[in-house]
Amino acid sequence: MSAKPAISYQKVSKSFGSLKAVDDVSFDVADGEFVAIVGGSGSGKTTLLRLANRLIEPDSGTITVEGEDVRNVDPVALRRRIGYVFQSGGLFPHLSVADNIGITPKLLGEAAATIAGRVDELLELVRLDRASHRGRLPEALSGGQRQRVGVARALAARPRIVLMDEPFGALDPLTRDALGDDYRSLHRKLGLTTVMITHDMTEAILLADRIAVMRGGRLLAQGTAAELSSSSSDYVLELLRTPRRQVERLNVLLPVGGAA
Amino acid sequence: MSLFADPRWAEALSHLPDYLGNHVRVSLAALALGLAVSLPLAILTRNRPAPRSILLAFASIVQTVPGLALLALFYPLLLLAASVTLAWFGISFSAFGFLPAMLALALYSMLPVLRNGITGLNGIDPALIEAAKGVGMTARQSLVIVELPLALPVMMAGIRTAAVWVIGTATLSTPIGQTSLGNYIFAGLQTQNWVFVLFGCAASALLALAVDQLLGLIENGLRRRNRVRSGLGALGIAALVAATLVPTMGRSSSGYVVGAKTFAEQYVLSALMRDRLQAAGLSATARSGLGSSVIFQALKAGDIDLYVDYSGTLWANQLHRTDIKPRAELVAELKTALARDNITLLGELGFENAYALVMPRRRAEALGIRTVADLAAHAATLSIAGDYEFFSRPEWAALQKAYALQFRAQRQMQPDFMYAAVASGEVDVIAGYTSDGLIAKYELAALDDPKHAIPPYDAILLLAPKRAGDDQLHAALKPMLGKIDIATMREANLRASGNDANSSPDAVAKWLWEKIKP
Repeated sequence: MSAKPAISYQKVSKSFGSLKAVDDVSFDVADGEFVAIVGGSGSGKTTLLRLANRLIEPDSGTITVEGEDVRNVDPVALRRRIGYVFQSGGLFPHLSVADNIGITPKLLGEAAATIAGRVDELLELVRLDRASHRGRLPEALSGGQRQRVGVARALAARPRIVLMDEPFGALDPLTRDALGDDYRSLHRKLGLTTVMITHDMTEAILLADRIAVMRGGRLLAQGTAAELSSSSSDYVLELLRTPRRQVERLNVLLPVGGAA
Repeated sequence: MSLFADPRWAEALSHLPDYLGNHVRVSLAALALGLAVSLPLAILTRNRPAPRSILLAFASIVQTVPGLALLALFYPLLLLAASVTLAWFGISFSAFGFLPAMLALALYSMLPVLRNGITGLNGIDPALIEAAKGVGMTARQSLVIVELPLALPVMMAGIRTAAVWVIGTATLSTPIGQTSLGNYIFAGLQTQNWVFVLFGCAASALLALAVDQLLGLIENGLRRRNRVRSGLGALGIAALVAATLVPTMGRSSSGYVVGAKTFAEQYVLSALMRDRLQAAGLSATARSGLGSSVIFQALKAGDIDLYVDYSGTLWANQLHRTDIKPRAELVAELKTALARDNITLLGELGFENAYALVMPRRRAEALGIRTVADLAAHAATLSIAGDYEFFSRPEWAALQKAYALQFRAQRQMQPDFMYAAVASGEVDVIAGYTSDGLIAKYELAALDDPKHAIPPYDAILLLAPKRAGDDQLHAALKPMLGKIDIATMREANLRASGNDANSSPDAVAKWLWEKIKP
């Protein structure tokens, strides 16, 4: 972490009425890092994510993106250069797959032909057959396909940072696993910085370089899975117990080296 | 087959380009204005609960005002506005016809557009608005690219409702001087021409259906992003507008406009005057079905050029006089008073159409009643019916005072039905009109007024200020003056009350001219 961080939170707080959603959080995401934010519902993880592209404004503290204080950046321009994957897709139901994917380049004023080429490229990148998907409406897609389109849309304007809000939460386990792996390799291939919210510790351990644990608006712990396992927080240890139990159980049930 | 062989269908059809054209123009202008005001308001207030509820409450209140009253209210309102702009800026505009009708109808169209607009915009999944923001849309882009397209079906449903309401309500704009399909209905009701009533209702219903379907086509096309469909719908609306504009565009609007109030005698007389002007080579159109208070103001403002009024009506309503003078004296004094407003009282037609208390001849004889004074003794056991305005007119107050009249009950009735009601004994006495042909038809007797409580009601021909020195016009109308006596007018009115081809105002006007021509 020698270079300046891609995203940095310094003593950031945000309240909604009397509820402290984010409470004095300081946290850095390094350039090229894949960070998962884990926590229960109401822990403030979504608020923390949205503060980064100014979908939510902080009450106090400073947030910088690629070294710039976000308060000095036009929020619309900021959002156009940061990819955002929404829970269950957030696709516009009246626009085709191609129009959904091409929306941010279109807002940036790119030429229609350039956008069309980019859409094909992205469909390939997220492994969707372009001929059969370009013109479809979101309602004609499966949940997994929708999320792939959501990822393609987030990547369309070639952002260096991608924010993901429980992107795979609503998918069946097989699809979820495949999409997670696919995204992880895109992250590496494109040199992205990714912040992903999840309530699933197993997913966080498998995909992320580093994990941040939130509870009641506070950042309880941060580090690699190994670092977290030596945490002094009971809550963090409790979160880690579930994947560990699953591993032990699976090891008993599935002989090692057996053909799957 | 015989039903459609009736020449009144052909007559109705001949008015269609004019009535339909005006109807479409005022409806679409009102709808366009209503949309131009309501849609931005819906967009502006969708996230502001306080102004939103005030706006919706206002639109709901407007909706509870009966259409006819709303239209009628706009006339004096605009008259006031016109006098203010004239005094302050030297600009005058016509408060008659198109403008008040369009404004009232536009106001009427607001509720469904506002309510559906706000409901449609508020019904969008907040996650999608968040997503629009997240992909980098400005508030305006979010509105245009995401919110409006998603709210479109609900908004269009409101627009379609508004269109149907406006087209239906536009039939009520006839009494404030806007020609519409309502002309068929008002004229038909007054002259018992059911062909006209039916024709007017059917035409406005078909128009409403057609516009609704075309708007539906546009909506469907927009929703499916199908340019062919929305294009066809828009083309249909454009074709409708063009088709209704073309036939009336060619017609000169510089001709004379003959006004008529809302009853059969007025329809006949306006048709007669129009025929006379045309015979003299002047272009003339009749503007019928005008409200009694609207018509005098319309003449004064020059929106119509001539019409027939009654001396007693102007004496009481315009000069606010309560004293009563003999016939000739009253007309002379009225003429001087009107001249101050530059209105020309060209002369009397010859008959009087006064209010008179009327009852069946036999019953009157049996009770020994010949005059209102005789009636007073029996009034406590009798009921009386009058038209919608009679009991609030000064004549009624004067009658009651002069003869100490106290009836057992009083009712208001459509004038056409009063005579049948008194003939059948439904009521005992009616406040009828002396020139009405039904008095003879139903063997009724008009009671004398020995104390002259009711002022004289000479039919008088009035000309607008701008026609004061128009010799051609004066010459064309002169042959009518003093020629129509009470018996002739009664017979003409009786003919007009019939329910066959010979009873149309045009046909009766021709008969009347044959009778009085020199």
